[in-house]
Amino acid sequence: MQVTAKDSADLRLGSLEELEKLRSELRAAEDPDQTKIIVCHGTGCMANNSPAVTRALREALAKAGQDIKVMPGIKTTGCHGFCSRGPLVIIKPMNIFYQQVKADDAEDIVQKTILNGEPVVRLLYVHPQTKETIQTTEDIPFYSGQQRVVLQNIGQIDPTDIQDALKAGAYAGLAKTLTTMKPSQVIEAVTKSGLRGRGGAGFPTGVKWSLAAKHKGGQKYVLCNADEGDPGAFMDRSVMEGDPHAVVEGMIIGGYAIGADTGYVYVRAEYPLAIRHLEKALADARAYGLLGQNILGSGFDFDISINRGAGAFVCGEETALMRSVEGKVGEPVPRPPYPSDKGLFGKPSVLNNVETWANVSRILDKGADWFASLGTAKSKGTKVFALVGKVNNVGLVEVPMGISLRDIVMKIGGGVPGSDHFKAVQTGGPSGGCLPWKDADLPVDFDSLIEAGSMMGSGGMIVMDDRDCMVDVAKYFLGFLEEESCGKCLPCRLGVPRLRETLTRFSKGEGTLQDIDDLYSMAEAIKAGSLCALGGTAPNSVLSTLRYFRDEYEAHILEHRCPAGVCKDLITYSIDPEVCTGCRACARACPQGAISGEKKKPHAIDESLCIRCGMCMESCKFGAIQVS
Amino acid sequence: MKPAVDIDVDEIMERYPGRPEYLIFLLQDVQAAFNYISPEALALICDYTGVPVSQAYAAATFYKSFSLEPKGENLIQVCLGTACHLKGSGLIAENLLRRIGLDEPGTTEDLKYTVETVNCLGACALAPVAVVNGAYQPKVTSPKLMKAVEKLGAE
Repeated sequence: MQVTAKDSADLRLGSLEELEKLRSELRAAEDPDQTKIIVCHGTGCMANNSPAVTRALREALAKAGQDIKVMPGIKTTGCHGFCSRGPLVIIKPMNIFYQQVKADDAEDIVQKTILNGEPVVRLLYVHPQTKETIQTTEDIPFYSGQQRVVLQNIGQIDPTDIQDALKAGAYAGLAKTLTTMKPSQVIEAVTKSGLRGRGGAGFPTGVKWSLAAKHKGGQKYVLCNADEGDPGAFMDRSVMEGDPHAVVEGMIIGGYAIGADTGYVYVRAEYPLAIRHLEKALADARAYGLLGQNILGSGFDFDISINRGAGAFVCGEETALMRSVEGKVGEPVPRPPYPSDKGLFGKPSVLNNVETWANVSRILDKGADWFASLGTAKSKGTKVFALVGKVNNVGLVEVPMGISLRDIVMKIGGGVPGSDHFKAVQTGGPSGGCLPWKDADLPVDFDSLIEAGSMMGSGGMIVMDDRDCMVDVAKYFLGFLEEESCGKCLPCRLGVPRLRETLTRFSKGEGTLQDIDDLYSMAEAIKAGSLCALGGTAPNSVLSTLRYFRDEYEAHILEHRCPAGVCKDLITYSIDPEVCTGCRACARACPQGAISGEKKKPHAIDESLCIRCGMCMESCKFGAIQVS
Repeated sequence: MKPAVDIDVDEIMERYPGRPEYLIFLLQDVQAAFNYISPEALALICDYTGVPVSQAYAAATFYKSFSLEPKGENLIQVCLGTACHLKGSGLIAENLLRRIGLDEPGTTEDLKYTVETVNCLGACALAPVAVVNGAYQPKVTSPKLMKAVEKLGAE
């Protein structure tokens, strides 16, 4: 239901009362019993063609036309999180959860569910272990184990419709802030809530703000770090795509608290949909008087603009990010001075990550005590993780701080395909480390993870199984950081490649145990000498895998063997004659002509010609190709 | 991926004030319009923003999304994010490069293909992922990707 307006001037809300009046009108205009069809239009589902499902549903509804008493609305939302089951369709108010929906299923959904109130059984979720068919979202273990604070509106609201966001409570925290609190009280509340930065380092947000607030008067800036560069992480993208107003609201509150009138969001250019939704949210918020001059008639001015990143991982580091916003090369600068004293354009600045800003909105809405009641003694609230890799339920999950790795991976994540355990869980992106199965009961909070040799990071959580080689994983992250090092300081520029070269030798079965000792001393030098966290944390992947998987390193060095069967130079491909049907698919795929055999008879690989490209394995439909 | 010929650099510059902090915005828009940043365009942007050519060149070569050489007609991106890496995207990229005749990611001499590796597209549920001219290829394999690329050549 759209509240119509004659022109944009009419939309401006001049006070808290006007905002709450509009909110209650919008809520009253909505019939909670009306059927609604929700289609996930997050990046994952879109890539799986959910827009085609939406179109097909519209057509099917139009076709059924007169038979439907009250036409249901179709709402497209941000990411529901259960990406491996997409495209997802939810029917409200019953909360029927349909997964892996195709355009061809639209007809059945309309005919059975919309017209007759019956579920389409083949589209329901089946519990992989108990084989039980589950009808509603809240009964699916992937969702029931979560606690949604930051993600509370995502999947519920249309992120491009500010009225829908207002119905869900958007800007309530801001209104409260501007009308009933002094800036110092806002900082007090954020400090009291115990919120720590969700970008990785976990610095107390309230402390950061108070450092910038103590500079009285003059130009200050608020920034949002949306340069989500960690591979395997997409939490921030989903928040911006699915609930951009939560980020905008948090930033305005931050600006009010520290006395800034200008904000910047620095978004990775690889996230076009997030940028579009943010732009729309900013324009709508301005039209409604929630952003710009004299917000809600309070006399407070604040506006936000968007900077697109240009492809540099190091720009996720705060000083590098600020240089990039200034239009310069994104190289970090030494701290101090800290950005809270001299940040963007040399002015006091506060930079927080997307998830942190979204948490600020919730804290000011529901109160510091409520937030402090979630999580553990030193890590308050919840954390959003991108749960990916060798796990059944790939997707986005939000859990209270302090939950165990086991609960996240085995319960919410539904376990590891074909195994009753994980080999390692990697957290913290390239700066983090790998945690082994024996630490499955480790509570996931800032301090426990650091103690265990990893870190929280921004929220990537990559599950690995026995077929993943820890030497290869460490080598992968070092290669990533070598590529992304800005090259300004020597320990990072030269040290990271040296580490990577040593691991490359291991992966070929070369090297000695002395090299392992050398890795430790190089790691120490790189940690101590690097200018920013990119270099300072670069050795973590090596150190944590050495700590927990030293035997695997030794197998490479001493036995010239890759136990996981990954390192190219240490493996051989062969064909299982029992399984091979002689279909010739592998022989056709082999770029080396290394596979021979008669048609319909088992084939064989000539090892001297094989370049271990894996094409035979990918083309074999029978699983006859073995790696040893 | 054809450059839009009806846009010139002057029009792009009109979108922003002529100040140094708009350098990256301008480079991005020029890159998007022409598929690369020519020396002439770089010089015009420098005049307009007051940024020395040396600094603009540093920025244009520092950030991965800028290219000083024209890109190919077809853009193929292979994701090398962690989830994709674990599911074999490294081999998929190698196999594609070998098939296209490139030693490393880049553009073929005939300007037909550009192959890029990207750090993470955030579509980890679909790993391994490749993007061919903007279309996602979920759960891609070397044979599947090669077929998709061959189709481009046939068109």
